[in-house]
Amino acid sequence: MTPFKIVTSRAIPLPVENIDTDQIIPARFLKATDKKGFGDNLFRDWRYEKNGSPNDSFVLNSTKYRGQILIAGDNFGCGSSREHAAWALADYGFKVIISSFFADIFKGNALNNGMLPIQVSADFLKRIITHVEENPIAELTVNLETQTLETPVGTVDFDIDPYKKLCLINGYDDIEFLISKSDKIKAFEAQLD
Amino acid sequence: MGKTLFDKVWDAHVVDTVENGPQILYIDKHLIHEVTSPQAFNELRERNIPIARPDKIVATADHNTPTKDQHLPVKDPLSKNQLQQLSENCKENNITLYGLGHEYNGIVHVMAPELGITQPGMTIVCGDSHTSTHGAFGTIAFGIGTSQVAQVFASQCLLLKKPKSLRVNVNGKLNKGVTPKDVILYIISKIGTNAGTGYFCEYAGDVFENMSMEGRMTVCNMSIEMGARGGMIAPDQTTFDYVSGRKFAPTGKDLEAKIAYWKTLPSDVDAIFDKEYHFDAEDIAPMVTYGTNPGMGIKITEHIPEYNDASFEKSLAYMNFKKGESLIGKPINFVFIGSCTNSRIEDFRLAASYIKGKRKADNVTAWLVPGSQQVAHQIQEEGLLSIFENSGFELRQPGCSACLAMNEDKIPRDEYCVSTSNRNFEGRQGQGSRTILASPLVAAATAIEGKIIDITKHLN
Repeated sequence: MTPFKIVTSRAIPLPVENIDTDQIIPARFLKATDKKGFGDNLFRDWRYEKNGSPNDSFVLNSTKYRGQILIAGDNFGCGSSREHAAWALADYGFKVIISSFFADIFKGNALNNGMLPIQVSADFLKRIITHVEENPIAELTVNLETQTLETPVGTVDFDIDPYKKLCLINGYDDIEFLISKSDKIKAFEAQLD
Repeated sequence: MGKTLFDKVWDAHVVDTVENGPQILYIDKHLIHEVTSPQAFNELRERNIPIARPDKIVATADHNTPTKDQHLPVKDPLSKNQLQQLSENCKENNITLYGLGHEYNGIVHVMAPELGITQPGMTIVCGDSHTSTHGAFGTIAFGIGTSQVAQVFASQCLLLKKPKSLRVNVNGKLNKGVTPKDVILYIISKIGTNAGTGYFCEYAGDVFENMSMEGRMTVCNMSIEMGARGGMIAPDQTTFDYVSGRKFAPTGKDLEAKIAYWKTLPSDVDAIFDKEYHFDAEDIAPMVTYGTNPGMGIKITEHIPEYNDASFEKSLAYMNFKKGESLIGKPINFVFIGSCTNSRIEDFRLAASYIKGKRKADNVTAWLVPGSQQVAHQIQEEGLLSIFENSGFELRQPGCSACLAMNEDKIPRDEYCVSTSNRNFEGRQGQGSRTILASPLVAAATAIEGKIIDITKHLN
């Protein structure tokens, strides 16, 4: 996993609530057996018209917005456990997702792919979305070390599990950690049988 | 302070605790399928890590399988490749696979309970969010992402932070025509799609105590639709009777010892939950959804609420419904009875009891998709098949089918489908399709009438 340090970027606003993982990546694109290329079909059915041409009114097709930060409505990533949703967002180039609430499984999947979900208050989310919509070139800075999100409408602290923070900063994953505990796991198994 | 059912099962599986961090939780059973496992197998292969406990993994093919002509080669090359990779991965790693056509093949959350793989007090994971289904047995069961599938492959454990506890109590007598599906749709409509996020839910009260295991599975299945990673119901005599005698269930003295242990699992009387809800059974009625998340549900006799909210309006626009309107009388051309929520024998018995002697409306395409080969067999054995066929219904072969429309079972654009599945997200059942979630009873009645009816007026 690539270590996560500081991200300074413009942001893309998507103020829709309850964006489920079926919207992030529809099931018909889950037939691949590797993790690559899912970004092409990110938000597929919102991004493209019935005839396959880009939907100009969808934010990812707007020339106004770009960046590595997605700002989304409440309860982002609900629904299916498909990690393909996190792969699609990461493959498209997102490193940070900001919302006022994240679904559990999606949050874990994002972190396991080096992508940082940042939870902010509903009020702050509204303010930052309004600002970015009016000032698309506004830049945001995410500092994982200090757990701060700097924006033109203010700087806020965010929470992250200390263990996950360590993983992200160093690019570690849980597999290495779990394997390092194999003696304890074996001892646990011995008392099961 | 007393312990909850969840505490007892969780604590019995903690291998170690990371200081100021997560806990290492031991996993008893790991269920896998063709869609969320290949990248995990690849990951271990690339890193040269062996699978720790292949004997604790069971595989099935379900998400991406055809529900017709399963004896023929799979037509879609991508689906075929995915199924082939599952077979090869299982063979290479010595993992039991109930593949397409196997007598035990079926939807992972239907197949494992009916084989007795799912047992009370266990920890069960699967790369599928509806793994919460198995909580019906007093099991900690939850969906995981593919990175976590790889973690369990590598260590038989997961790193997790213990979730908070939530209890949903429903007491009283259910009204006529109210099924377990209506109970859970009602709960979600009341508390919302994220009320359970960060929590593990226990369902308690006499409504759940009086439910069959099939009904309990339907309820626990949809826990994730209110955001909870899992839902549990305390094991009792109904649970023990269901498990006993199944293929992989313990027998004799082992079973007696297990039952004695399972009886210690229910939440202590003085256990305290972080959050609790109470509902009266009498308030629940047959439900339908009108929007694009499972929390957007109403009693079939109610009208769509009138909120002024952009996301709500976007949802209604997608469904082509108006604020304040009733769904009764809406013409419906597609009905789907199936999915890990409602594809067990009890669901087909209920549908058949309504359908018997009636004829499917001509405008309706109705797909009945059993959850497993064993359910399909039972449908035939109990004489339900002839009821369905005489009424113009098509019984297909087992699989996830039109619940997520990964295979060719897709609802056409702009069409409504009254579906017994679990998600009414935009395009879930096919691009541009519009899903109305309901019970098997409401789905069967819709297929007969060709429109949504007030089922409560049609019951004897």
